[in-house]
Amino acid sequence: MIPLSWFLILSAALFSIGLFGVLSRKNAVAILLGIELMLNAVNINLVSFWRYGDVSQMAGQVFAIIVFAVAASEVAVGLALVISVYRRRNTVIADEIDLMKW
Amino acid sequence: MTAMQIFFLIVGLVILGSALMVVTTRNLIHAALWLIVTLFGVAVLFAILDASFLAVVQVVVYIGAIAILFIFAVMLTHKEMRDRGPQLNNSWWLNAIISLLTFGGLFWMLQSWNGFSKTAADFPSSFDAVGQLGKALISPDAFVLPFEVASVLLLAALVGAVYIAFNRK
Amino acid sequence: MNFWSDPVNFIAHWLTRLFIGWGMVGWLASLIIQLIGVVVLISIMMVLDIFLVWVERKVVARFQDRLGPNRVGPFGLIQPFADIIKLLIKEDITPDGADKVVYNLAPILSLMSVLLLWAIVPLAPVIFGVDLNVGALYIVAAGSIGTLSIIMAAWSSNNKYALIGAFRQVAVLVSFEIPMIATMLIPTILAGSMGMNEIVQGQQTVWYVVLAPLAALIFMIAAIAELGRSPFDLNEAESEIVAGFHIEYTGMKFGLFYAGELLHAFTFGGFWAILFLGGYRFFGLENLGPLVAAVILLAKAMFGYWVIMWIRYTVMRIRIDHMLAFNWKFLTPAAFVLLMLTALMNTLLRGTPSGIYIPGMFLTNVLLGWIIVEILRGYSRSERQKTENVAPAAATAHH
Repeated sequence: MIPLSWFLILSAALFSIGLFGVLSRKNAVAILLGIELMLNAVNINLVSFWRYGDVSQMAGQVFAIIVFAVAASEVAVGLALVISVYRRRNTVIADEIDLMKW
Repeated sequence: MTAMQIFFLIVGLVILGSALMVVTTRNLIHAALWLIVTLFGVAVLFAILDASFLAVVQVVVYIGAIAILFIFAVMLTHKEMRDRGPQLNNSWWLNAIISLLTFGGLFWMLQSWNGFSKTAADFPSSFDAVGQLGKALISPDAFVLPFEVASVLLLAALVGAVYIAFNRK
Repeated sequence: MNFWSDPVNFIAHWLTRLFIGWGMVGWLASLIIQLIGVVVLISIMMVLDIFLVWVERKVVARFQDRLGPNRVGPFGLIQPFADIIKLLIKEDITPDGADKVVYNLAPILSLMSVLLLWAIVPLAPVIFGVDLNVGALYIVAAGSIGTLSIIMAAWSSNNKYALIGAFRQVAVLVSFEIPMIATMLIPTILAGSMGMNEIVQGQQTVWYVVLAPLAALIFMIAAIAELGRSPFDLNEAESEIVAGFHIEYTGMKFGLFYAGELLHAFTFGGFWAILFLGGYRFFGLENLGPLVAAVILLAKAMFGYWVIMWIRYTVMRIRIDHMLAFNWKFLTPAAFVLLMLTALMNTLLRGTPSGIYIPGMFLTNVLLGWIIVEILRGYSRSERQKTENVAPAAATAHH
């Protein structure tokens, strides 16, 4: 009843919104929020291809679970880095963390 | 327009609307809460796609752990309760054009594929998706190696995050 | 089918015939009937919630050797209604600088996360909300919505004490989810499915509390920590942070938090009964009819709730760092070792008759419990020797 194209367009739109968030936000935590949106778009794509292809091939769902694990570990390390930088430089604005450019 | 299609349109609008609020709102806590709405919408989408295990794992992992981690990080890097100043870069119009081009490019590339508009086959009623997923994750000729490597990755991320964020007095 | 053998489906079919007779479209009629079912379930649960306030106050009074409320109505039965009326007519204060949308949304989400759990509870073989095949994980998912509501409440209150209380509470909640998931996987292994219906049906010969008593104990401890009740309550009745994350809530919003907490305790008593005490089974009595089975399950849930209250009013509160150390250094390793042992013994003893299977699983749990107690004895013996070695030296130094 629902054609595959609807799911793919939805995930492409979500990916583009996430891309916009990553490119144009100043706060480092907000950039990580955009990355989360992009990873969710990828997951929607994987699971809809699993459902609309051969349901007995579990590769789509397994890949989606691996993406969950990768997203969780990347958010953990990324936020630890942001908190650590905040303790030293007292800022989380991405443009102001440019000391190495000297 | 069947009921399922109307329901999908509502869920899709909720996901895209809250994603737009995530990337444009000024208050970062509100952005994290809008992200939770988006993640919940994606979980509903997984339930529509008959991937029930993934829908519940999405709520547990993303909303129950990652979103809470984001809220904690926003609280710990907050100088005061009110946010001032513009939230977007100077070149945000260029970034908007870039993301519109990305969406257009993806759409153009997908619609030239002949399987683009196919509809779903019926879900076989006696198919134990959760059991098959479990077997696929641990059988040696399926996906046990990526599964184990993902666990090692999580261990490395755990140790790394604790070490980086450790507050040495 | 008649009313007594299948009440829910009977009423649904009667209503469908009625609505279609009125000329309504088929899918609209079924949608409205499902909405009516949801409203009926929620109303029954909220009425039960009011009754639980009375039960709580009477039971705590008996534990403390006093009578409890007995003036308002016979045996004090009208007391909860008086409490609710008092909460409704109290002044509704919103703190200055609070984030209004999040502040008002938090108590709603807290109560919603508890009511969502009743969708998968099998009250009888034919009375249940939905037969989800991932029921055990759904319990954890609904709990994580409750965790979220705590942070939302604390942050939007614009109060540092609320924030500190919420940080501690969320740290405890997220930590104790892990032994809870590990011990919830044990009935899953024994029954072969994560769905609540299949777990109850798998307890046909013997209840899982006989096959895995240590798992029942660890699940009860983790569930009490998840509920935020004593001895793990950091956000209530404390002289440090007054009332924790719900300091700034007055009137009915506080009532929603309080009622949600009591219903949450009753719900987890119910899940302890479903996972380990056999659900609606009671030596064949449930075959008399679905309503009898529902009464049996609610009675077992009340028994689980009574155990939770008993522990609350007997044991002292535990400090936050002791609580987290207890979880990560004791409960999580114990739960995972128990999970591995149960899976191993289940695979080894799977085909054997129940005369060997049941004592085999039971003795595995007893053996693991004995090993854990021996480890604890050795640890406390070494701790004691450290202090005893120091004390004689201090005594001789005085001479």
